[in-house]
Amino acid sequence: MDLLRLATAGSVDDGKSTLIGRLLMDSKSIFEDQLEAVRATSAARGYDYTDLALLTDGLRSEREQGITIDVAYRYFATPVRKFIIADTPGHVQYTRNMVTGASTADLGLVLVDARQGLTEQSRRHAVLLSLLRVPHLVLAVNKMDLVDFDEGVFRRIYDEFTAFATKLNIPDLQVIPISALQGDNVVTRSERMPWYDGASLMHHLEHLHVASDRDLIDTRLPVQYVIRPHSDDHHDYRGYAGQVAGGVLKPGDEVLVLPSGLTTRVAGIDLFDREVAEAFPPMSVTVRLEDDLDVSRGDMICRPRNAPTPAQNIDATVFWMTGAPLRVGRKLAIKHTTRTARTVIREIQYRLDVNTLHRDLEATELGLNEIGRVQLRTTVPLLCDTYEQNRTTGSFILVDEATGGTVGAGTILGAS
Amino acid sequence: MLRTHGDYRLSQLDELEAESIHIFREVAAEFERPVLLFSGGKDSITMLRLAEKAFYPAKIPFPVLQIDTGLDFPEVLQTRDRWVERLGLRLLVASVEEAIRTGVVVDDGRTSRNRLQTGTLLNAIEEHGFTAAFGGGRRDEEKARAKERVYSHRDEFGQWDPKNQRPELWSLYNGRLHAGEHMRIFPLSNWTELDVWHYIDREGIDIPSIYFAHPRRVFRRDGMLLSESPLNGLRDGERVEERTVRFRTVGDLTLTGCVESTAATVPEIIAEVAVARVTERGATRGDDRFSEAAMEDRKREGYF
Repeated sequence: MDLLRLATAGSVDDGKSTLIGRLLMDSKSIFEDQLEAVRATSAARGYDYTDLALLTDGLRSEREQGITIDVAYRYFATPVRKFIIADTPGHVQYTRNMVTGASTADLGLVLVDARQGLTEQSRRHAVLLSLLRVPHLVLAVNKMDLVDFDEGVFRRIYDEFTAFATKLNIPDLQVIPISALQGDNVVTRSERMPWYDGASLMHHLEHLHVASDRDLIDTRLPVQYVIRPHSDDHHDYRGYAGQVAGGVLKPGDEVLVLPSGLTTRVAGIDLFDREVAEAFPPMSVTVRLEDDLDVSRGDMICRPRNAPTPAQNIDATVFWMTGAPLRVGRKLAIKHTTRTARTVIREIQYRLDVNTLHRDLEATELGLNEIGRVQLRTTVPLLCDTYEQNRTTGSFILVDEATGGTVGAGTILGAS
Repeated sequence: MLRTHGDYRLSQLDELEAESIHIFREVAAEFERPVLLFSGGKDSITMLRLAEKAFYPAKIPFPVLQIDTGLDFPEVLQTRDRWVERLGLRLLVASVEEAIRTGVVVDDGRTSRNRLQTGTLLNAIEEHGFTAAFGGGRRDEEKARAKERVYSHRDEFGQWDPKNQRPELWSLYNGRLHAGEHMRIFPLSNWTELDVWHYIDREGIDIPSIYFAHPRRVFRRDGMLLSESPLNGLRDGERVEERTVRFRTVGDLTLTGCVESTAATVPEIIAEVAVARVTERGATRGDDRFSEAAMEDRKREGYF
């Protein structure tokens, strides 16, 4: 059985929590004591229904305000697949938490309310999902029961969204009309929408092929930790531990170690106490090399004719996630794969309006939750791929050295 | 040599294992003084197995810290000692009783030992100067935990601020700290109870015998079956009887209930957990029953 990670998105009252509640309920992933607690709270608040949002809004302040502030991770499994849902907040001021949930997702699920049509938030979230290169997107047109299951309503939203999506980079888009509250097209196909001939949401989630989204061509192993036991049994053991970020690595392969530029061969690949015939993403392995090279954390093992670009001047899309704006000249810590360095912002090329996709070339700063194209210079070369090619070697975070907080995240467009 | 899958897919259990090993290595590489918090339960033992794999053939490069409530099941302590011996671990024990005696925490007779663990733990972290503490918490356990990051920042008072968590993108963890602060690290964040059991089965992991069905002298309190013990004085109307039971979680024996069960092997437990209609905490943890936000409140104070 494999794993699918999905992130939900959409506006505040579009029924995200109800949909998640329905998926959990129908896959029998809600336990009686949890449901009982939610029923009791709903009753105590005088609701005449069970508010399934209480299942996912786990913090006091969320329950008080009735909104989702931070990502909640939920788990369910069907006989076909296991799912991790990052239930992300809809409010604009919590965009950074939405980005947190979407960064690791295989699939983004954007909800719209059929009565409202596309809102600023649904466009915004589709843009964020495409910038984060979440490979699959589902637009779920919810509350179809409130528009009499009308095909025309669905068609208008469908057309509007697909027109918008042509400006984005969305490799796979599915649009599904549903009623999360009544269960139409959620787990089983609805008889009330005979004009829809696609799969139910659950069927789509279960059968989507995600392993092919991984890069199996460009071999990348960021060295995370050097294992040297110095014990009697393993006196000469020297292993380079890390999680494979791309490609397939086999014993005997000729490899290049960056930044030293030395080449050698793979002597063996260990997974705990066993040797393996090959390693591929996202395996965490330990690689032994034939020659005694000086390799340490932050280095990268790749192939001689297929290596990332060492670069100190980098073009990137930056998501800014803190109140004090990002301006030219700002110095920050940067973490890219297993390497940490310092960086300075050299130029803000433009700010992207995520609603209109307009590029504001006059912008001189990025405020909270704003996104722009930025040029950075780093103290040491980062071993870069474009984010389009590899989500692991093409991404970084920015840390404020004074507060220690994560203030930005970036996806690499290229060396400049 | 082990052949992997020809289609380059990992099973979900292998994917979870790879993610957890990555986290262990990242912390060992970036933090000066990590420690692994060890309760003796199935989750912390699973963490030990993952840590063993992460650094093999070298030893686990950090110590293990147990908070001894003085009310632990003897079977759990025996299992702990077997693991310490097998992996050559450095075991540290911080005692709640000692903390009460030295005034680090105050036993007012109404606060449970479980709750007194928080002050004992924070004191031990401060005393040893630990900068990162691995915990076995899983997001599927409880709704406040479902909100927590893999790297969970704690201020100089050990407090968690759920409204001000660091964004955590991809697998790029930010371990920056100021003096006196520390990080709680949750390598099992994305595992479910069932995943842990499947892993225990696959790896043949040694866990305390109280997880398996056995005859035990028990009595009923607040809807839970508690173990008879000199530490657990009976109240009016409570009556001890022998039942065949097992435990779903391990904790303070005065508060941790058991369930009636005949599951005596790991596959039988998996079959039982797969169809369980009540969560492990809801069924058997008295400490989570105080209020709707009991876990969040305890975590804000510095609990696991």
